[in-house]
Amino acid sequence: MYSPQKNFDLPLPPRPLRERAWFRYARVVAILLLFGAIRLPIEVRLNQEHRAAFFHGAKLNLSLREQIGQLGFLAALGGFRALVADGLWIQAHIDWTRTEWGKMLFLFNNVTALQPRNIMFWEMSSWHMAYNASAAAMQDTTQPRLALRLKHQHEYFLVGEGLLERGIENNPDHYNLYDALGDLLRDKLQDHYGAYVQFGKAAKFPDSPAYEKRFSAYELSYVPGYERQAYDELMRIYRIGDQERLPTLCWRLKLLQEQLNIPASQRITIPDYMIPPQYRPKPGISPPSVQDELYTPYTVPSSKP
Amino acid sequence: MPPKHIFFSPARIWAIATNTLLELFRLKVFYFLLIFALLLIGSSAFMIEFNFQEQFQLLKDVSLGSMSIFTWLLSVLATAMLLPKDIEDRTLYTILAKPVPRFEYLLGKLLGILLMLLISILLMSALFVIALYGRQQYVLAETMRGSAGMPPDQLQDNLREVRNATFTYSLIPGIIIIYVKAALFASLTLFISTFASSSIFTIMVSVAIYFIGHLQGVARDYWLGSATTGPLPRIFLALVALLFPDLQLFNLVDDIVAGNSISFILFAKTAALGGLYTIIYLLVAYFVFATKEL
Repeated sequence: MYSPQKNFDLPLPPRPLRERAWFRYARVVAILLLFGAIRLPIEVRLNQEHRAAFFHGAKLNLSLREQIGQLGFLAALGGFRALVADGLWIQAHIDWTRTEWGKMLFLFNNVTALQPRNIMFWEMSSWHMAYNASAAAMQDTTQPRLALRLKHQHEYFLVGEGLLERGIENNPDHYNLYDALGDLLRDKLQDHYGAYVQFGKAAKFPDSPAYEKRFSAYELSYVPGYERQAYDELMRIYRIGDQERLPTLCWRLKLLQEQLNIPASQRITIPDYMIPPQYRPKPGISPPSVQDELYTPYTVPSSKP
Repeated sequence: MPPKHIFFSPARIWAIATNTLLELFRLKVFYFLLIFALLLIGSSAFMIEFNFQEQFQLLKDVSLGSMSIFTWLLSVLATAMLLPKDIEDRTLYTILAKPVPRFEYLLGKLLGILLMLLISILLMSALFVIALYGRQQYVLAETMRGSAGMPPDQLQDNLREVRNATFTYSLIPGIIIIYVKAALFASLTLFISTFASSSIFTIMVSVAIYFIGHLQGVARDYWLGSATTGPLPRIFLALVALLFPDLQLFNLVDDIVAGNSISFILFAKTAALGGLYTIIYLLVAYFVFATKEL
């Protein structure tokens, strides 16, 4: 007699292999592995192109994890590197208002490690250290000894210089950081030859401002032993036309003419109004020697009394 | 005589896609745009203390970073609930009972999600452009005010510097790559949802893949470059490198905001790789879904 219940007790025929769940999933994994093997060389090549285009060899430093915390590091690796860097930058800005220079430097190191191809971060970090922190070190009322204040000030100059040098290593293809390093060497470290080199490098970029080549030549004119080279360079700029004949350029040329004993027929003449105010002859005061004038950098008069 | 059944019908796929889009509209997924707008306004107001380069940098980072997060979240969350919802509502059975191949169903669903992501990114881009333009005009006005008495050529230089710091052509490929990455994730999440037991499982796995995918490049470099690791770690690294997508390749926007331009070839290659991932994950999803017992 037919019994439906009994039919259920009959052993089921074995399912074909292709219908079994484990086989289906194994097949999917095999397809993914095959796709992975095909795309692997493509990804390796594309990754190299990305690095060449953007990072210039700079990579996320794994020791950064200890500095920015696990969550920040995860966010950075999770594709939110720029946002983490911005968060740290805002924190550094808050610390600036509290004049916490040490903490700012710590944050600047993290920000620049996260975004090594961002010029602004390198430039601003260096500016804060070399200009603001150094000025604060000189006004440090807790340090009565001038020698130590000067030492701290110099250390901050060097921190700023180091930041710019690291920035240039990561961004050799922009003029801005060479220009900023030139400014720092000129204004803070009085390294005129170094400033000449940096402004010269900045001037080689087609998008750099026209003043870079002038600045480079000015700086060379302050370096003893390079007067002839500086004179030739300044004359080359002078001959370009009226737009380049600025007061400082003419004044430096005039001093170099004196120093190099250029024949009168080859000399340029400059009107009185082009002589910087501090070099204009004053009644009752004997003018400084050509050497003193030549090797004393032009300084912008302070607005403070 | 009944009309002849067409094996592959773009009209059927379009019908499923538009229905999926409509369904997502009804779920009010676009409310996130309000949060995005608030973020932009908030960050714009907050940034007044910074100099103009910092302002533009932060505004772009916040906007593009938020676009990246929102599109990724949308692609994962919206896709993860599609199949389970259709099964729960029995809509899936109604559709598949008709002569609709399963591939068309999946493709229609994915297309609906991609349309939703496209609308989202276009709206976010429009808000971003408005915020950036507003900030640019404010900074230009400030520069004009601060440059009173300056020679005209120097003033023009300053104004040009402000304009150059705001809109660059590289922003467009950057935004397109954000979309490509979101499309990749939508396809990947659809694949996971074909074998997942629940939406939560799909979301959890997708999020895990997101983070593993950003580390895939590190695993691949170690696997291909290091000879000192033992066989087991090497097998593990190889599996990570081969099974997971390299998502770091799609993070072009950080470098674009930093002021670096992107070559068209590099952009095209990255976008093509993203498209390839999307297609492969869709095909694998079909592979699982075709034999799935419903």
